[in-house]
Amino acid sequence: MLSATKDFPDWRDKDSPANEGTVSSFYIEKTEDLTKVPNMVTAVLADFRGYDTMFETIVIFIAGIGIIAVLRNFDEPHSSSIQRENNDEGGGLLARFTCSLILPFIQIFSLYVVAHGHHSPGGGFQGGVMLGASYILLALAFGLSKAKERFSERRTMIFAAVGIFIYVGWGVLCLLFGEEFLDYSALNSILPGDAKMARSYSMLMVEIGVAFTVTAIMFSMYSNLSTRGRLSKGL
Amino acid sequence: MDPIIATFIEDNIVPKFNYWIYVILMMIGLYAMITKNNLMKKLIGMAIFQTAIILFYVSIGVKDTAGIPIISHHGSEHHQGATVHSESGSSSEEVSPVKVKNNTIDKDKYANPLPHVLMLTAIVVGVSTLGLALAISQKIFKSFGTLEEDEILNKLRPGSQ
Amino acid sequence: MTEHFPVLILLVPLFGALIVVLLGKERPNQCWMTSLISLGISSIISLFTVVAVLADKFQTIRYRMGGWPESNGYEVGIELRVDILAALVVFAVTFVGFVNTIYSKTRAEAEVQDKVSFFYALIQLLIVGLCGIVMTNDAFNLYVLIEITSLTSYALIAMGNRRAALSSFNYVIMGTIGASFYLLGVGYLYIKTGTLNIDDIRMVLGNNNLWEHQSIIVAFIFIMLGVWTKMAFFPLHGWLPNAYAYAPSMTGTFMAPLMTKVMVYVMIRVMVWLFGNEFVYSGQHVWGELVIWMSVIAIVAGSLLALARTDIKKMLTYLIVAEVGYMVGGAWLGNVTGQAGAFYHILSDAAMTFCLFIAASIIVLRVGDSRVNAFDNLFRKMPLTMIGFTVGALSMIGLPPTCGFFSKWYLISGGIEAGQWEYVCALIFSSLVNAVIFFRIFERAYFGQITEVKEDFVPFDSDANPETAIKEVPWSMLFPLFIASGFVLLVGIMNRTLFEWIQTALKMVNT
Repeated sequence: MLSATKDFPDWRDKDSPANEGTVSSFYIEKTEDLTKVPNMVTAVLADFRGYDTMFETIVIFIAGIGIIAVLRNFDEPHSSSIQRENNDEGGGLLARFTCSLILPFIQIFSLYVVAHGHHSPGGGFQGGVMLGASYILLALAFGLSKAKERFSERRTMIFAAVGIFIYVGWGVLCLLFGEEFLDYSALNSILPGDAKMARSYSMLMVEIGVAFTVTAIMFSMYSNLSTRGRLSKGL
Repeated sequence: MDPIIATFIEDNIVPKFNYWIYVILMMIGLYAMITKNNLMKKLIGMAIFQTAIILFYVSIGVKDTAGIPIISHHGSEHHQGATVHSESGSSSEEVSPVKVKNNTIDKDKYANPLPHVLMLTAIVVGVSTLGLALAISQKIFKSFGTLEEDEILNKLRPGSQ
Repeated sequence: MTEHFPVLILLVPLFGALIVVLLGKERPNQCWMTSLISLGISSIISLFTVVAVLADKFQTIRYRMGGWPESNGYEVGIELRVDILAALVVFAVTFVGFVNTIYSKTRAEAEVQDKVSFFYALIQLLIVGLCGIVMTNDAFNLYVLIEITSLTSYALIAMGNRRAALSSFNYVIMGTIGASFYLLGVGYLYIKTGTLNIDDIRMVLGNNNLWEHQSIIVAFIFIMLGVWTKMAFFPLHGWLPNAYAYAPSMTGTFMAPLMTKVMVYVMIRVMVWLFGNEFVYSGQHVWGELVIWMSVIAIVAGSLLALARTDIKKMLTYLIVAEVGYMVGGAWLGNVTGQAGAFYHILSDAAMTFCLFIAASIIVLRVGDSRVNAFDNLFRKMPLTMIGFTVGALSMIGLPPTCGFFSKWYLISGGIEAGQWEYVCALIFSSLVNAVIFFRIFERAYFGQITEVKEDFVPFDSDANPETAIKEVPWSMLFPLFIASGFVLLVGIMNRTLFEWIQTALKMVNT
């Protein structure tokens, strides 16, 4: 492996083929022009290489349902379940107080990150992780049962599936309009603005789908891993 | 002897020190994955290995004069003073400090976005694999009561067919 | 409409998986029906794709995701590329998936209890991943899809008993190493070429004459190592026997015929289309000889280890290791016959393994014992199952008109053409060993008597008497077995046609 490093371009070399190459130059120079989205990373992620991102979302989805498939134990612990629920208080008083103060801000900020992914670092994955983390924080501070009231297992599964539905469905919509799969410019007949703005809006929709899935799966992974599949008593 | 080593280091290692770091990190991760007995340590080795690869990719996209790959119009007026100052050391001949000159965008000012995108995907894949592996190891622990590989194999051997 | 076929092949099982998850665990029958329908539609579409490629005089279908046109001759988006080879493999994958879903109906509830919906979702996502691997033309997309198939396999195997969980963990470790090596190789290539599209990488390597650069050679080695780990090429096969033998019976039949063969397809793609024939086979690199010797060792070791096993499923998995050795050796022989033979073997091995694995699972289920003793007197008790097993076994040995004979024929003629006598000898040796293995089984099945019953004999249905309990299984499980044996015979009978198609496609690679 080390022998190959002789061959590599130097650190921070801007003339290396990867950086000079046509593909990257195209991305840098033409992105804003073609898609009206200044954040090049989001543009490449959601539009130029949107097919990859779709599969990435599927990977997270597989991880979530895989964990459920491997670990989940559906037997209900009958005997002391109710008593256990009452005792499940999560963190102490300080944790609960602090969390109830900051959780709304975390959630709003994560929604902002999703929505503003076009202009600042952010996007579906980042915002989704933060939103999922907010629910995990809820579970840590208040106990898993409280968090499950808000975000039950059935709901997480529905959210996750709906997220991917949005992504893939949007691509199919482009198919129905006559262009290739995931070619967003086909949608400019139903979206306001011209073809380039259609791309920008479609990227937003797609990122929202991703955020749904990531949030749901993050929480589902936490609840399954921390309770060894029983979903009865959290950490 | 010394000048030879010195030139070797200077030509091959110093400008490319990032690659050497990643190779070392990868070897550490690989060693942990293969030789350690405890399943958790293997997983930690896997995480180190994957992180090293991600770092390797991201470092491809770094350019000497580049900033983050987001085209900004708004910051130009406020940061005019700062950008003029930082431009003095760069090799580009442009006069205006704004990153967008007329309608073309100077690609030397932006880091390569493609490795970032690839690595977002790779990070997600790595997290998913780690989550699934943790779930599997929980199941193993529940069935065998231990996470040490040799103990597990011992439990399997006498009772197996 | 036909130009959208490649994407539709992927989309239908994807939607099927989502619908299954939404249906939830309370409705296992609907889940089964949904996956059956979606995989059925997908295999029909893939059949149409094969016809479309053939009708168009073997023109490959190129499908640009997102519709981005090229810029200065480089692809900017991700591209799908379906030629006759890809179309054949996609059809094989979806067809095997479809037939397997028929088989899994009766066993799904028993083996995974109330997680049936997740099982079917994972199965469909596995098929999506496999089809995606075959069709894509982008190196990084290939990595993501390999990880999709791997993750679904890890989860599917780990759904079994505790030994399955341990084997799955080993598979996780080795599989991640393999995939990461592949990713590393792609990274090296990207540094030197600046693009991720397979055809464009080849173009850049050729234009700038980068063939001798150290990093390209290292990249090739890494990609090969990664793909070999994933296809269980000896000595990187450690995860395969345990993982496939201890998996729940339905998942074994899904994964054993498909995963390793698709990885062999990836290897051939990388060798022929990404790096090009001149680079791989040129005399400056000694690896040609080395790899052929490694494949010889793989064949011999796989066959001998299979001979030593008393457990049916373990034996079959070692035979898979030997088959992978055939394919790797065939691909590295250096001539088109060898490559085409290896490719034909992908199809025939998928059929054979499928047939044998279904037969073995049926027998193991019915008899309750997975050792070779299970075969005692089976020709009398379960004649139909044994017929299916016999077809698969004859194909493994290599007797006409099953496909195994023809694939060995092509591989041997490729080996003779290339002058690699050790490879030819290994093939013949392995056929002899397979004959010994299977005729031993046949002897038991004809003449054996049930002398001992395993202590924890678990009857298939309520009949606890081992003498009478071992009768035929219901038709819903026999039917897939017959389709599988039919597939074996079909691939064999059509061998001339298929081989010509494959050769045409391989010769069309513009050098």
